[in-house]
Amino acid sequence: MAVLETFYDVMRRQGITRRSFVKYCSLTAAALGLGPEFVPQIAHAMETKPRTPVLWLHGLECTCCSESFIRAAHPLVKDVILSMISLDYDDTLMASAGHQAEAILDEVMEKYHGNYILAVEGNPPLNEDGMYCIIGGKPFVEQLRRVASGAKAIISWGSCASYGCVQAARPNPTQATPVHKVILDKPIIKVPGCPPIAEVMTGVITYMQTFDRLPELDRQGRPKMFYSQRIHDKCYRRPHFDAGQYVEAFDDEGARKGYCLYKVGCKGPTTYNACSTVRWNDGVSFPIQSGHGCIGCSEDGFWDKGSWYARLQDVSGFGIEASADKVGLAAGGAVGAGLAAHAAISALTRARYKGDDAQ
Amino acid sequence: MSAPDSAILTDDDLKGTNLDGLKARPLRARRLTTVYVYEAPVRLWHWMTAASIVVLAATGYLIGSPPPSLSGEASSHFQMGWIRYLHFAAAWIFAVGFAGRVAWAFLGNVYARELFFIPFWKPAYWKELLDEVLVYAFLKKHVKTVVGHNALARTALFFCFTLTGLFMIVTGFALYSDGTGIDSWEGHVFGWVMPWLGGNLSTHFLHHWGMWVIILFVMIHVYTVSREDIMSRQSLISAMTNGYRTFRDDRPD
Repeated sequence: MAVLETFYDVMRRQGITRRSFVKYCSLTAAALGLGPEFVPQIAHAMETKPRTPVLWLHGLECTCCSESFIRAAHPLVKDVILSMISLDYDDTLMASAGHQAEAILDEVMEKYHGNYILAVEGNPPLNEDGMYCIIGGKPFVEQLRRVASGAKAIISWGSCASYGCVQAARPNPTQATPVHKVILDKPIIKVPGCPPIAEVMTGVITYMQTFDRLPELDRQGRPKMFYSQRIHDKCYRRPHFDAGQYVEAFDDEGARKGYCLYKVGCKGPTTYNACSTVRWNDGVSFPIQSGHGCIGCSEDGFWDKGSWYARLQDVSGFGIEASADKVGLAAGGAVGAGLAAHAAISALTRARYKGDDAQ
Repeated sequence: MSAPDSAILTDDDLKGTNLDGLKARPLRARRLTTVYVYEAPVRLWHWMTAASIVVLAATGYLIGSPPPSLSGEASSHFQMGWIRYLHFAAAWIFAVGFAGRVAWAFLGNVYARELFFIPFWKPAYWKELLDEVLVYAFLKKHVKTVVGHNALARTALFFCFTLTGLFMIVTGFALYSDGTGIDSWEGHVFGWVMPWLGGNLSTHFLHHWGMWVIILFVMIHVYTVSREDIMSRQSLISAMTNGYRTFRDDRPD
């Protein structure tokens, strides 16, 4: 294991030219929304700082975060990040397996105690003492607690680690629990999304490596640079929303013309993520651009917030399900009828009354 | 103490008044006790809030369920833009009015405070509440007159207007911070609301429910106020237009 190699050393060793390296630094600065004056700073950090060991654990998850991560748009980013951060343990990507792999985990934990970053993909199920997710013969929650104890910081990859995602959706039989509710004493960066955008993932890591600190986080613990605006705020279809032009059905004229998907349930107005700016697959597209509404995958509990194809949540318990408006209208009708009946009885009572001045 | 029907006037009583020479009987002429209850700021606030609620409910409903899609160029319309603008403008009027009304609770007369709490520790309150319910169930004819709100009205106002209105203001500003950004003052002051209520979409949902609570309240409010104005021992509607409440009799009970 190369210990004191810097990023730059590794890059050069792998045949990356100085020119490509500087290009990478510029791109990273741009991706992080930093000005060109930060490029030398990034280059300097890459040249001088030893690589940060990263231990990447997998709990209850589908590996979509890893799938996204390895597709980081610029080839150089992919090359650099995969070899640059010292990704010392990631059972999905590493060559070794079994006892060999677990031995590396212990070695890094001991050697870099308090200095490594723990990246968690997925979450631990707590029900039945954590028996619903077993890693190396032991419940994942134990591995998570053990590795977290020596970590400098924790990155919660994806909606699973950040919020719980599908395995924590009602009724959550395994009691899948997001990382921040299990590990309470470490700084945790949430990078929600199902999966998160590749460039957001690499951007967060690069920021931490470059500036040697956590990115600025919002109230929920998400990096502000990627999660401070809604999809809706930067959506290229926003003018159609403001104009009042909507897709009413997926096969109508509005759909062909690229109108706003609000009426077919787009969750862009309630979802904080960078999809409408960074986009996916090297900036090729994102769900709304492909004609489907945002499903709000980076929001807390998005599986339990009603249909992906309706804005207004259903209210269970009235019939099978009804919208708030249906219930409200029914209640309004009932109250109206009640008032009318009350008024009628009042009028009858009143009719027998002879007036205030009756003598 | 004059007897209840002493307020009824005779022809002699009209002598020397503006009604001099007219017959009292066909005019049903009476002399009534009038008290000043709702001061000008309260009345102004009431009607301003009433108007803003109408605008808020209409535009709020349309934000949830927008009108049919418009055709043509996006640049030639601003329909949803206007709907949202009206909603936010009315919301500001509602919120600022509410804040002013809270201030007036301290500055105004004793009746200006009735909106903001229920005297649940007083047995008289519960007695009055029960009496009002019995009147509305047609089991009792009349209750004691009150200068301000009766116990039933006060209870409904407190829960369905004051608390719900406050909830709408808090959730409203939290949702507004979606647009102004998490670093805006709305984001700083009301940013805790959405995580607390289970997220952005859930906050929208509860804000939507709040609208229905207020709509139902307004229906009942308008009905009971009109009914009381006709049938009870005191005037209601004119009290909120000119501030004076008139009692139809001077009976002590």
